[in-house]
Amino acid sequence: MQVNENFEPVIVAFCCNWCSYAGADLSGTNRLNYPANVKIIRVPCSCRVNPMFILRAFQRGADGVIICGCHPGDCHYTSGNYFTRRRITLLYSMLDFLGIERNRTRLEWVSAAEGAKFAAVMNQFVEDVKKLGPNRRLEDLRCRKQ
Amino acid sequence: MLKISASNLNALFDRIAEKQTLYIPVDREPNVSEYKKYESGMTMSKALNTVRSAKDFFFPQTENLAEFKVSGKTIEVKDIRKENEDFVVFGVRACDARSFGILDKVFLSEPVDSFYKNRREHGTIVTMACTRPAETCFCTTFGIDPTVPGGDVSVFFDGENYFFLDNTPKGEAFVASVSDMLEDGDASKLAEVQENTRNIMKKLPLSGLSTDSFGGERLMEHFNSDKWAELSESCFGCGTCTFVCPTCQCYDIRDFDTGNGIKRFRCWDSCMYSDFTKMAHGNSRNSQLERFRQRFMHKLVYFPANNNGEFGCVGCGRCLSKCPISMNIVKVMKALEDK
Amino acid sequence: MQEAMIKRAKELLADGTVNRVMGWKKGEFAYDTTPAVFETAEEIDRDFIYNDFTQANQSKYLIKESRKEGKILALLKPCDTYSFNQLVKEHRIIRENVYVIGIPGGPKIDIEKIKAKGITGITNVKNEDYTLKIETIYGVETMPFYEAVSVKCESCKSKKHVVYDELIGEGGDILDSNRFDMVEKLENMTSQERYDFWRGELSRCIRCNACRNVCPACTCENCVFDNPKSGIDQKAAADSFEENMFHIIRAFHVAGRCTDCGECSRVCPQNIPLHLLNRKFIKDINCLYGEYQAGADTTSKAPLTDYRTDDCEPSVVHERGAE
Repeated sequence: MQVNENFEPVIVAFCCNWCSYAGADLSGTNRLNYPANVKIIRVPCSCRVNPMFILRAFQRGADGVIICGCHPGDCHYTSGNYFTRRRITLLYSMLDFLGIERNRTRLEWVSAAEGAKFAAVMNQFVEDVKKLGPNRRLEDLRCRKQ
Repeated sequence: MLKISASNLNALFDRIAEKQTLYIPVDREPNVSEYKKYESGMTMSKALNTVRSAKDFFFPQTENLAEFKVSGKTIEVKDIRKENEDFVVFGVRACDARSFGILDKVFLSEPVDSFYKNRREHGTIVTMACTRPAETCFCTTFGIDPTVPGGDVSVFFDGENYFFLDNTPKGEAFVASVSDMLEDGDASKLAEVQENTRNIMKKLPLSGLSTDSFGGERLMEHFNSDKWAELSESCFGCGTCTFVCPTCQCYDIRDFDTGNGIKRFRCWDSCMYSDFTKMAHGNSRNSQLERFRQRFMHKLVYFPANNNGEFGCVGCGRCLSKCPISMNIVKVMKALEDK
Repeated sequence: MQEAMIKRAKELLADGTVNRVMGWKKGEFAYDTTPAVFETAEEIDRDFIYNDFTQANQSKYLIKESRKEGKILALLKPCDTYSFNQLVKEHRIIRENVYVIGIPGGPKIDIEKIKAKGITGITNVKNEDYTLKIETIYGVETMPFYEAVSVKCESCKSKKHVVYDELIGEGGDILDSNRFDMVEKLENMTSQERYDFWRGELSRCIRCNACRNVCPACTCENCVFDNPKSGIDQKAAADSFEENMFHIIRAFHVAGRCTDCGECSRVCPQNIPLHLLNRKFIKDINCLYGEYQAGADTTSKAPLTDYRTDDCEPSVVHERGAE
């Protein structure tokens, strides 16, 4: 695949309020760099992420979607992220089945103490999506910026 | 009559497609056909009819009407019309050809729907006479002769040659534009083919179906019939019948916010859907019985009441073969008609 | 079989066990049958039919019917019993108000497969020792029964009735089906090939909602796609994205509850193999979280309302097979 060097993907990151959002915060206070491509949406728990949110993000111009939550066992609500894990596994698998590039979707567990991990994950994800190029298979042509 | 041999038909298609977009029915699976934009090498389907009707060409399932851009207190309206290109639809059956007349009554009466009108003006309909009707056919009930299909140009097939007969000035121009590919031919076999088809029509299981019990003057009687409950009991409110129907013409208009402007589009709607009559005050048809009744009352009573007795059905039989639970206009007519 | 069913139904009506019978009604042609509720023996004698064409799954109607006064008799094929059981489990069908008779299932035949052979003008279809004799106005045609078997019966998963009050005929067993073969074939394709395959299929969707409305697992009072407040309500797919979204969400909403009854593909007027989406979820659930058959019982926890602390991570999707 031809890589467009100038391509800057739009990444939507759904971050759980208790761990990953705080992790993102920590990475900022630690002055760690992560790309400005990442748009964070704070959710009360990773299991708040309805599969529809992910599709809508792609519809409206996201090139990659990542979900971040507390490590399994550390959920603020005891078990939310366990449900997330099953649900999102099935959804990602279905997107892959429909021929949507699998590297456009990701799930990572990032705790409030893992500022460095947050930055590393985002750097890596942006890199991966850059290689894929713009989202064409799951975009809504009407929403493409002219 | 002007004719072209079956082996030269594709050469004719190539010629038509040079100047304008041509659509022909092609097989998607064996004997399952759909209209496709003609590309060299495609073969015309021999199936009786397409799964979707030909109304799509004039009244597409979705179409963008306008675009808006809002900045501050100004709204910029963009004209995005694209329906002004000439095209030809080849192989339309008599039932679908009649359906355009019914759609015309809706879209071309005041206020005229200019999107539909433009498409009608730019489209040339080339029809194809039927020779092998199916058991689901009942076009003769509505006075249609499938051996004389109508449209701008009627095409007849006698087994070897396709014969062309223009019916309108547009059709005449079309035939003239390809006349160098056509030759004068002996159409004597055609009468026999037509007679044969008419005889088959008489033998079809639905040939006895009559519209005598329907029309505007029977409104209250049919509306209050106690048969609707039983007829509609297993209808689960999908829109299959409406979307494969060549005469269903209801639509919805909506705005879609793209994030960088608004697109106003219209799309087909179905009176079988629960939210079809949803309005600010609520919903006026809350049960499937009412919604089901509406669809058939419209075709058999309301439409003829407003259109000099013309019925809103052409007997193409698509709803008969596609309804998931096999409930259809024929069963409704038979249940409601005078015994 | 039809006689035995009619006889038993009339007995149950006569002795007051039930006051209605859910069955199939004769249509215009030899092959069209409509699900119907019968209230009297006369109606049953006149219209009741059970033949090779009675494919429709009646379980969904029982949601409404089981809430009416009195008990209704349901005649359920093995596949229908799974849907029935699943709806009982979800408290959608009131079990006490339904008297279930398990009846032998298919294989049923699909008239479209007969028509695909170019056979038209059909006036009668007879099954003579697994050869179909098709009478048409153009003469008599024959074809092997098995070439006309409907898609949903081709890969039958079970001949076992998972719920019944009595059986007519013999009960059967769970079968070793090949139902995941096509899913596997798609999984082994490249991402681009899969994309092209699904675009070819889903681009034909006319959004008639038949797949959704017929589905015994789709029982929401107000579907997200009909609800203006959901922000994604749509009456037609205005873009290929909306086609994909509708079918992903439709399948996702029934993941772990879909019994694989095959009705979605049966009713699709455009012959889109929608059951493959549902089967993909079923196959994934079986592989990743252990074998699970929705509707097999009324007590087990559904895979998506359950979890284990050592479940696999979503990265399995990224790691397996070729891109």
